[in-house]
Amino acid sequence: MNAWIYVAIIVVSTVASDLLQSWEMKRQGEMTNFGIGHLLKTLLSKLPLIASVVFLAISFYAFLALLQVADLSFAVPATALSLVAETILARLLLKEKVTAARWAGTALVTCGVYLLAL
Amino acid sequence: MSSNRLVRKTRLFAAIVVVTNVLGNFALSWGMKHGAALDGSPLSFVMVVFNPWVLVGISLLTGWVLSRMALLSWADLSYVIPVTSVGFVLNAIMGAVFLDEKISALRWAGTVCIVGGTVLVGLTAPKTER
Repeated sequence: MNAWIYVAIIVVSTVASDLLQSWEMKRQGEMTNFGIGHLLKTLLSKLPLIASVVFLAISFYAFLALLQVADLSFAVPATALSLVAETILARLLLKEKVTAARWAGTALVTCGVYLLAL
Repeated sequence: MSSNRLVRKTRLFAAIVVVTNVLGNFALSWGMKHGAALDGSPLSFVMVVFNPWVLVGISLLTGWVLSRMALLSWADLSYVIPVTSVGFVLNAIMGAVFLDEKISALRWAGTVCIVGGTVLVGLTAPKTER
């Protein structure tokens, strides 16, 4: 029971982090300057990106907490639920065109993650 | 930008994202197993952070966040997520090679699924909106 609460926190915060990051970076436009200083400045000057790092940190700590109460072989496939959730939300919220090939590939990767953890 | 150049740039950045993530995780876990342990005291925390393996791991994972952010400035999230999942496979291989873990037939089957799925998504155009 406790473990599923951590799984929920991990999935929700990972999804929130990735959606915020992808949304804000698309708004910024395609990057051409890949200097570390420029990248760090971008990361720290935009609120949605700062929020995405906060969510990433929450997800990381919840994963560490999950590993204290559950096996790695439970933790990895349970948190791989975020792969499917993110693909659905990328289509609905970010308006990406998820083609049949991309759905099939994402499903294959998700199956693979489950098998790895068995 | 021509689509060929976009695809090459996307693959280069996806590779950087995967390599920094896998090596960063490995350095971090190696450092946590070979050095000062966390016992809750502030001193043990400082000792852990200044462990060279942990420092290397943190630097690599910083590179991971930054390169992923750059990649997401043009590539779809629904492309980046499955393509960079090949890192799961590399993590398993690092475990087998350096930590002497056994890889079962089921795990090999999982590896084949992940690589197949990654290739399938990698063949789609990295950028679909606008």
